[in-house]
Amino acid sequence: MARNAVIVGVGDAALEGGRIVGGGSPLQVQARAAKMAADDAGISIGDIDGLAVAGLWGVPGPGQLATITLGEYLGIQPRYADGTNIGGAAFESHVAHAAMAIERGFCDTVLVAYASTQKSDRSRQLGGRPSVLTMQFENVWGVPQPVGGYAMAAKRHMHEFGTTSEQLAEIAVATRKWAQLNPAATMRDPMTIDDVLSSMPICDPLRLYDCCLVTDGGGAVIVTTEDNARALGKPTVHVRGFGESHTHWHIGAMADLARVAAAEASSKTAFEMAGVTPDDIDVVEVYDSFTITVLLTLEALGFCKHGEGGEFVSNQRTAPGGSFPLNTNGGGLSYAHPGMYGIFLLIEAVRQLRGECGERQVDGARTALVHGTGGTLSSGATVILSGD
Amino acid sequence: MTGTYQKPLPVIDPGSEPFWSAAREHRLSIPLCLDCDQYHFYPRELCPHCHSGNLEWRDASGKGTIYTFTIARRPAGAAYADDVPYIIALIDLAEGPRMMTNVIAPDVEAVRIGDAVEVFFDDVTEEVTLPKFKTA
Repeated sequence: MARNAVIVGVGDAALEGGRIVGGGSPLQVQARAAKMAADDAGISIGDIDGLAVAGLWGVPGPGQLATITLGEYLGIQPRYADGTNIGGAAFESHVAHAAMAIERGFCDTVLVAYASTQKSDRSRQLGGRPSVLTMQFENVWGVPQPVGGYAMAAKRHMHEFGTTSEQLAEIAVATRKWAQLNPAATMRDPMTIDDVLSSMPICDPLRLYDCCLVTDGGGAVIVTTEDNARALGKPTVHVRGFGESHTHWHIGAMADLARVAAAEASSKTAFEMAGVTPDDIDVVEVYDSFTITVLLTLEALGFCKHGEGGEFVSNQRTAPGGSFPLNTNGGGLSYAHPGMYGIFLLIEAVRQLRGECGERQVDGARTALVHGTGGTLSSGATVILSGD
Repeated sequence: MTGTYQKPLPVIDPGSEPFWSAAREHRLSIPLCLDCDQYHFYPRELCPHCHSGNLEWRDASGKGTIYTFTIARRPAGAAYADDVPYIIALIDLAEGPRMMTNVIAPDVEAVRIGDAVEVFFDDVTEEVTLPKFKTA
């Protein structure tokens, strides 16, 4: 009678040039991804009794009541609904909440789904957020969103620890090398550190290739009980530990811009629950909205000491063949980044743990750490997964 | 100037009105908690440090240092296109709180973390004054 939560199905929409192949609305794309994940799990959409949907989709109204909208669209009346939106980390928190609900017996099978068609819609812009409520103290200064906040964090980390633009570029280059091994990745041309350093300046010290892509995308993850998964005869990916936190919305309210307190807290909880340490992790998938996001996150998760992230990522340590396999699908920097990216971290970790990753497969991947970041280094949610 | 200013303006609400009213009078006013004796910014209903509601608006010195900043090389929308390169900074006010603002400097490339700055008031419309900072 094992009700332990496991991930049993994943699906993602194919992209061509950063756009959904065949087009479609965010609801169509989520339905397709959900069907892929259900087929992958060997279940029917009708077996789903829990829905976790962050929504947004760039759509006011339906995008704000996302589980209700998608439930109706899919023809599901759930027993469990989770509309948590903590930005790009939402999906890691969805898996965590789903695990608690499933293990408690509140529901059996949860669908986590997301899609965005921001690339096709040309809806992404650096400004234009409404200056209401607390945003009136940020929006009036012309801060390009969200890159300006991340740039200020990078500047502060450089000031305190001597981190360099070359070290940030190491991350972009290593991630591109992984993308070159992934046929589904959007950007696969070779990239050098000089290419990054000579790319268009956006917000000092960040340049274009320090920034994630702007693409469409859609993904789905299905979480169920270990017993269900065994009955289905599918490879199971165990949800071993999780944690979440958030510290601020405005970058001006982040206590220490060189230290991601949300990720420190969420990963501490997750490691303790899983009973493992950073040394036990075989493959790491962390949110890479910007190169600096990765560097700060690796420090916060405890893979290196605070302030030593620049040295840690040097010499292509995180590239294929390096000692620290990181963002093995090519990440938000080179694979895809549809507004909120966190669901793709989970999908790639599951595929790595199942040994399905072809050329980019990490040998002996048994334990994976997934960490989502949302807002402007605002939220963090960590999930630790292991294969059979 | 009203009608020609194209950049985002604050949507002022009852919680923020004292701050913006003071700015219109060229005062930088921030809340002080009378229980824990700490200032905070942006203004809230409860002190974020000790959660007391015993707050009072006080005029700040307008002096501070740059905690961090970025130089925008690309604008936050078309309204800022003529301003690039421009600085968005987080200022540690002398009273303690941190505040996002613009730093105006003769040479943006010469600005550094830790630089001393001082407030000045930019009357961008008849109703709204933005407290910006200049290098001392």
